[in-house]
Parts: sequence; structure tokens; C-alpha cells
Amino acid sequence: MVKEIEKAGITVVQMANLIPIAKTVGSNRMVPTISIPYPLGDPKTSKEEQWKLRYHRVGVALDALATDIEEQTVFAV
Amino acid sequence: MKKGILYLNQFFGQIGGEDKADYEPSIRDGQVGAGLLLSNLLEDAEITHTVICGDNFMGSNEKETVDTILGFLEGKEFDIFFAGPAFQAGRYGNACGVICKAVKEKFGVPVVTSMHQENPGVDMFKKDVYILRGGPSAANMKKDMSKMAEFGNKLLKGEKIKGAEVEGYYPRGIRLEIFLEDETPACERAISMLLKKINNEPFVSELPIPELETVPIAPAIKLAHAKIALITSGGIVPVDNPDKIQSASATRWGRYSIAGMKRLGNEADSAFKTIHAGYDPSAANADPNICLPLDALRVYEEEGKIGSIHDYYYATVGTGTAEGEAARMALEIIEYLKADGVDAVILTST
Repeated sequence: MVKEIEKAGITVVQMANLIPIAKTVGSNRMVPTISIPYPLGDPKTSKEEQWKLRYHRVGVALDALATDIEEQTVFAV
Repeated sequence: MKKGILYLNQFFGQIGGEDKADYEPSIRDGQVGAGLLLSNLLEDAEITHTVICGDNFMGSNEKETVDTILGFLEGKEFDIFFAGPAFQAGRYGNACGVICKAVKEKFGVPVVTSMHQENPGVDMFKKDVYILRGGPSAANMKKDMSKMAEFGNKLLKGEKIKGAEVEGYYPRGIRLEIFLEDETPACERAISMLLKKINNEPFVSELPIPELETVPIAPAIKLAHAKIALITSGGIVPVDNPDKIQSASATRWGRYSIAGMKRLGNEADSAFKTIHAGYDPSAANADPNICLPLDALRVYEEEGKIGSIHDYYYATVGTGTAEGEAARMALEIIEYLKADGVDAVILTST
């Protein structure tokens, strides 16, 4: 999916827990999430902590969209 | 003379089209339709019986159907079982895979089917049964049926099977040990490969690694005026799943309005939930924003970091989903993105 979107010339960032798979499939901009069943908010933590994590990582994803890259890149969180 | 049995769906079994897809399994003597071709192409064997079943019947009553068909076969003498070819027909491919796997497990005879590479049945069953590479539509009937016959002849004669590439079936993920005819040991082959590499001569690896197909990197965007869309393969849908997106091996996707919404309501609010069968849904059902982060993106919109959010989000389920299907769904979604001038996408995967 990511590849087709990028082929169409639309800039895309993939937020995924399984970064090795995202890389293998051919994603170019990647931001790690924290798990498969709850990518952007651990239900064992407080609502506030979940919100902070999500706000932060979505921010990293937006910055990734605004960053020119030369090769497949995993953005640090 | 050896004996084979062929499985066909309602269409190729000459019962009828989509309106007969609920046809219950039956067995009849001799050959039906393209089964005659298969029987004629078998060298020292013939098709003695044909099993026919509607694709929907198999799809919705799998266990019952399999039990019925295995019952039909009980006590019949046969040396090989064929199904299809199923071309690109997903439900037929599933049926061929299901029945071949069951027959192989119960009777221990070789089983052979044929599908196009985009048939979801390929990924579902290639590890279990021989699936020959087939064409996309029934226009390839003669070619695909001939390949099934040719491969069937080899199996019946007990000939050595030379691996997926040579024989034309989908790799089963099994490393097949073969002895080279010239018996060159591995150390010599490795050295000769190395020498070729040093001398910049072409060489072929014995353990090929699937090649990564990359796409040109799309340029960076300016966030302040950008319209951003959200897509997820995490199966987040309105609670009634209006598009009936499958929980696994999805072929469908949905487009749902988030216009004016600050965040996604949860299952308890009768708003959104996940239908993804590949992970524990409790966290995403309690708060779908942890999978599709609308709430965070909305705040970035209010703060002016981005221009706007596209009024719809898009969802499918990414488990067991064929790459070809995913690509097709993406192309369909892209039309909506382009029509609304979306500049960039955040895609969340689970």
C-alpha cells in the first residue's frame, strides 16, 4: 500500500511496530510504534501518558513527511 | 491404469453461475467439462470421478463440506487428486486449497491444483499443497489444465520433483535437497562462485534472497499548508463494519468520514472498533485513536503545524492480505486522495 501511494507521488510515512517488515516491503519513511495491538498508547499506562506518546510520535511522523531523505529511513522517536 | 479424481466448482462443473454458488457438494462418475481434457492428457491414468461444489457453499460451510466430500471419497480407489484450475477466482482458489489439503492429509495421495499468482489461495495454501502457476482467467484453461496433467504424470510415475522453479509450482518455503548430476561438492561450487564474483563474471546464487522492489522516494512536503490523510491496515471501522471488510486476507477497504471529529469514539460509544483478526482488539476497541491517531493529528491541525486533515480516513485489514490485493486497494484509495488534493499520508500498521 505504502509503495503504491509513494509511486503515485504522494508523500507517505508508515507508523509500524514491525519496522523490519516495513523495510522489507519497501517503505521509505518509517516511524516506530510501541506494539501491534496498541501502536500509539499502552492501555496499562495513564490516559495522559498515552496521549503524550501519541502526540509525540505523530509529530515525528509529520516531521518525517517534511524531511528530504536519500534512502529508506527510520525516524528516531 | 491409475485413477484420479477432480474437484470443480459449480461453474466449471456445469451446474450454473453465481446463482448456483450455494450448490451442495456432489460426486459423479467420469469426467465433466475440462475434466475430459485432463483425463486425456494423463498418460497412464484417467479421471474416474468428479466432485462438484458451489464456491459459497464451501466458503460458508467449510467443515461440513470437507467432511461430505471426504465421505464421497472413502472407499474409492484413487492415486491422485486434482482441483481447479482456479485462475484468479478467490473463493474457488480457497475451495481448491481447502479440499486438496484435506484429501492429502486423509488419504495420503498427491494433490495438485493451479492458480494465478494474485489468487489469495496461493498464499493460504502454497505451503501445504502443490499449486502450479496458472493464468488469470478461464481463457488459460487449456494451458493450465495441461500443466496439471504434465505434473500429475510425473507424480504418478514417481519421478523426482526438481523444485519449485523447474516444475512451475509456487515455492513451498521448503529447502529441497538435490544431488547435482555431476556431484560437484559445495566447497568447489562456492570457490568457483567466489572467483567469478572477483572477476566480475556473472554467477547464480544457490540460495536466492527475494529481491526488494523499491520505489522512488517522494519529496518532502511543507506541512503548514498540507492536507494530510490517515490510512490504517489495523481494521478500524464503524462498529457495524458497513463495508463488510474481512477480518483476515482482506480484499475490501472502507472510506469513513471524520469531518469535524476531534477524536474517534470507541466501541462502547457505538462509534468505531477494530475487526482485525490478527491482534488482541481490546485496546483498540477501548480507544481506536491508539491505532488511528485522529486526536493527535487534530491538535496539530489546531496548532497550525499542518494545513488540514482530509475529511475521510481509509481502512482495511493487513493480515494474510496478498501483496497484489493490497496494491489494488491502494490504487483505488489513491483516486480519492488525488481528487481531494491530499498532499501526504500517515499510514499506521499493526
